[in-house]
Amino acid sequence: MRRRKPYETFLIYMAALLVAIITLAPPIWLFISSISTQQELLNVPVHWIPQEPTFERYIQIAVATGNASAAIFRASMVNSMIIASSVTLLCIGFGSLAAYSFARMKFGGQEPFLYIMLFSYMLPPIMILVPLYTIMRDLKLMDTRLGLIIVYSALIMPFAVWILRGYFQSIPHELEDAARIDGCTRLGALIRVVLPLSAPGLVATGLFCFLASWEEFLLALIFTSSPAAKTIPIAIAEFTGRHAIDYGMMAAGGVVAAIPPILLALVFQRYLISGLMSGAVK
Amino acid sequence: MADVIPQNPVTPSGRRSFFHHLIDSERSLAWMLILPALIIVFGLIIMPILSAFWMSLHTIDLKRPGIGTPFIGLGNYADILSDAYFWASVGRTFYFMIVSIAIELVAGVSIALLLNTDFRGRNILRTLILIPWALPITIDAIMWKWIFNANYGALNSLFLQLGIISKYQAWLSDSLGAMHAVILADVWKVTPLVILLSLAALQTIPADLYEAAMIDGASIWKSFWFITFPLLLPTLMIVLLVRTMDAFKVFDIIYIMTSGGPADGTKVIAYFTYLDAFSYLRLGHGAALAYLMTFFIIIMIIIYIKVLKSREVEY
Amino acid sequence: MKKVLFVLVIFAMLLASCAPAAAPKQEAPKEEAKPAEVKPTEAPKAAEPKQEAPKEEAKPAEVKPTEAPKAAESVTIRALFMKQAGYQESDIQAMSDEFMKMNPNIKVELDFVTYEALHDKIVTSAAAKAGTYDIVLMDCIWPAEFAAAGFILDVSDKISADMKKDIWPGALESVTYKGKLYGMPWLNDIVYFYYNEDLLKKAGYDKPPKTYTEMTEMAYAAKKKGVVEYPFVETFHQDEGMTISFSYFLLARGGKMFDAEDKPAFNSPEGLETLNWIVKGMKDGLFNPSSTESGYEEVRNTFSQGSSLFSENWAYQLNMANDPKESKIAGNAKIAPLPGEKLPSATINGGMGLAITADSKNPDAAWQYMLYISSKEVQKKYAQNALPIWMSLFDDPDLVKMQPELIPVSKEAYKYLQNRPLIPFYSEATKVISREFQTAVLGKKTPEQALKDAETEILKIREQYKPGGK
Repeated sequence: MRRRKPYETFLIYMAALLVAIITLAPPIWLFISSISTQQELLNVPVHWIPQEPTFERYIQIAVATGNASAAIFRASMVNSMIIASSVTLLCIGFGSLAAYSFARMKFGGQEPFLYIMLFSYMLPPIMILVPLYTIMRDLKLMDTRLGLIIVYSALIMPFAVWILRGYFQSIPHELEDAARIDGCTRLGALIRVVLPLSAPGLVATGLFCFLASWEEFLLALIFTSSPAAKTIPIAIAEFTGRHAIDYGMMAAGGVVAAIPPILLALVFQRYLISGLMSGAVK
Repeated sequence: MADVIPQNPVTPSGRRSFFHHLIDSERSLAWMLILPALIIVFGLIIMPILSAFWMSLHTIDLKRPGIGTPFIGLGNYADILSDAYFWASVGRTFYFMIVSIAIELVAGVSIALLLNTDFRGRNILRTLILIPWALPITIDAIMWKWIFNANYGALNSLFLQLGIISKYQAWLSDSLGAMHAVILADVWKVTPLVILLSLAALQTIPADLYEAAMIDGASIWKSFWFITFPLLLPTLMIVLLVRTMDAFKVFDIIYIMTSGGPADGTKVIAYFTYLDAFSYLRLGHGAALAYLMTFFIIIMIIIYIKVLKSREVEY
Repeated sequence: MKKVLFVLVIFAMLLASCAPAAAPKQEAPKEEAKPAEVKPTEAPKAAEPKQEAPKEEAKPAEVKPTEAPKAAESVTIRALFMKQAGYQESDIQAMSDEFMKMNPNIKVELDFVTYEALHDKIVTSAAAKAGTYDIVLMDCIWPAEFAAAGFILDVSDKISADMKKDIWPGALESVTYKGKLYGMPWLNDIVYFYYNEDLLKKAGYDKPPKTYTEMTEMAYAAKKKGVVEYPFVETFHQDEGMTISFSYFLLARGGKMFDAEDKPAFNSPEGLETLNWIVKGMKDGLFNPSSTESGYEEVRNTFSQGSSLFSENWAYQLNMANDPKESKIAGNAKIAPLPGEKLPSATINGGMGLAITADSKNPDAAWQYMLYISSKEVQKKYAQNALPIWMSLFDDPDLVKMQPELIPVSKEAYKYLQNRPLIPFYSEATKVISREFQTAVLGKKTPEQALKDAETEILKIREQYKPGGK
């Protein structure tokens, strides 16, 4: 490697700084807004550092009761956690089985099914909204977490299968074959050899599934109405009245709602890169 | 290799159990593995998908129950394809798609290149860029709407204080401004993904290629163009593919930031469909729109795959 | 190490999935919002839902309970409301609790959603014939659409003549379609004229304008004097706001939006005059340029910042613009009826009404609930947050004391309330109108062209709704 000239080093650090600012400034501003008093929020020009920071909104979210949006927020957090976790487990669990099958096994009529699955990912949710409403109603799945879990899984699973299939295809055959020679069944080889090796891919895909479930909006809007199943995006959007939008509360809610997915992403970041590497390229 | 692998492991009792037979028959195992996923994917939504198609072949206008739901074959589709507003909406969707993909690819690859070089704090930066990606989309939309706010927004304040503008602007109050704001909100969230994908691809490029090039006297630009770029291409094609699909589905950001305006400026095809079905209560027409959207997506994917296959690079 | 972390997270997620529903049930009883004397007296009439007559004669403090229908089993009705629609959610919960106490065999479940979600949810439930809700809150522009589609029930025979006499005619008209009543008005609101008293004085005037001509004059004067850069901020956002604004400007000049045959009538000399006035106002900087991005919240913000001399907004702006926590002009925000021109004044109804859904399984219980929460007594009790629909209450001294500015102005302004066109294709029509007019406001089309194009397109839409149409 040739030695880097000093001005290049300078440029690199400048670029890095720029990237950091663009990445962090908006969410930091969101946080600052959430701890500014209503008056400071409406100040012109903006108070970049709030003179009277207050955590009152966060306290409200933590303790409010009743029908107020803040109280419902807590319930929504729980709902979203449960729904997103379940969908992730379902999609990774069954998705990896299916992906393995698509990746490794030859059987008639396999390709069409893969594409049919993809079709489900391609269609806009609006298309099935009204007919799905009737079905959900009849199955008594309206306003339930289970209902959302099933619907989300149906829409997200194809994506998981697609990614994992590519990932499995990139794992060398030899390892599995070695295991099977030692007496393992196909299934055993899958469980004992392939899956552990695919941990990065599974984690990366899992993160996608979690995020997609966590942030889904339209279906949650239509299919939930009470704290029994309302999810976070809906709860945040509800810090609005007929005319008035409470940006402060939205910001606070937004910060709180962003924590779980961001935390997960940070914890599992190492898997993301290696998981994406082979998985995405078909 | 297959012949070396025992197909019928023998249980201690010496006989093949039914279970073993079942799971070792390649075909049935293959199907069994797929079954749960298939059930989940289709169990609930196969009916709605078919039902929606059926609806698209009829006139279903809830505001005119008196006319019933007559079958009109491809009438809805013909109607849509001859509707100027539809094509305007498609045009906007394409604009959104092209601009956002262009920014994502250029910025994504550039930043990936940056993150691929060594400098102090590089790993921290790599971690930080995950934040926009992990931020839920509705919060992303709300955040940017707040930043662009005409009366209290941070952008106005920043530009004013830096002397870039002399008074607060209403960024979202004209069609083009609103479209760009929406694009920005989407790009900000998605570029980290492009960065990561590109980074992953970059890391598979062996360093000796660059060294060899340097020995041959190649400039930085040449080594990028002839080494880096071709090897990145598959990844970039994937990004192109996925982001194209997403552009046709982009809805949440529009719903929250601009409601399709101003002057229809951000009424992209998904929002157009939503209005048709939910505001105008024309369910048959809306279903046809949704199917048309899907056909568009499928066509684009087929095109992409053909191009991808023909440009695959071996090295 | 990573493996351990991985396992831990999976474990945590599994744990979360098994966690019992921690969601606090919404129907937990709340304390009464206000301690008022409510003496349940025996209902003298037979147990039918149709006993409206005694209500108006009752003294304000008493509430006569309507007896539940003969059926002794309990029924559950579900009501769909909007968040912060005048009344707070806690108010509505309190009303519902009171109702349930008096009708122990009717259980009321409440859902609160945003305005946009309100329409979508009503539509989806009705389209799927799901009967998810028994009672829904509707914006005053939806009854025609819903009635034509058969989503809501005709309740004409449930509302007595006495009731009709005491409700603001405009409010009653908003739930009327083809001569039949499809709901009860519940929330009242109109657009008011707001002025910044301080800035007005600085501009050299001491009374708000009575006509738009006066207003324009004052605006130019204020701008020239440098009192304010943009005297006027409006809601030219591409949605209902644009249509509403244009409407009250047009109506004041004696124009009409639609005629008796549901044909667009705004492409008229008055319409052109109105649109020209707006376009000129924008060009001359009388209107704040952010108007094309502004909805009612943005107008309130601009006005509360002191950046605007005049604005036109719903009732809610009054309290907030005078609240030092929310506004920089607290104490200076004053209210008046909208200016007139040819007519003394003209304003638009922005209220909301309640309706029973067509696929409700308990329409009688639903009606009882509706009757209760829209009754004079209940409306008076919670009048702090929303104006009642009963005209006589506007003379009630208690109410006037509660809102000394709002009530007298409202009493006057309500006389000039006009409804937006009560046509089934209103949602399509208003989108055309707001899009076309906004294009003219942005300078992309001439006003003549915009008016013509809007008219042509709406006529086409209207074609589809004629009997025997496409």
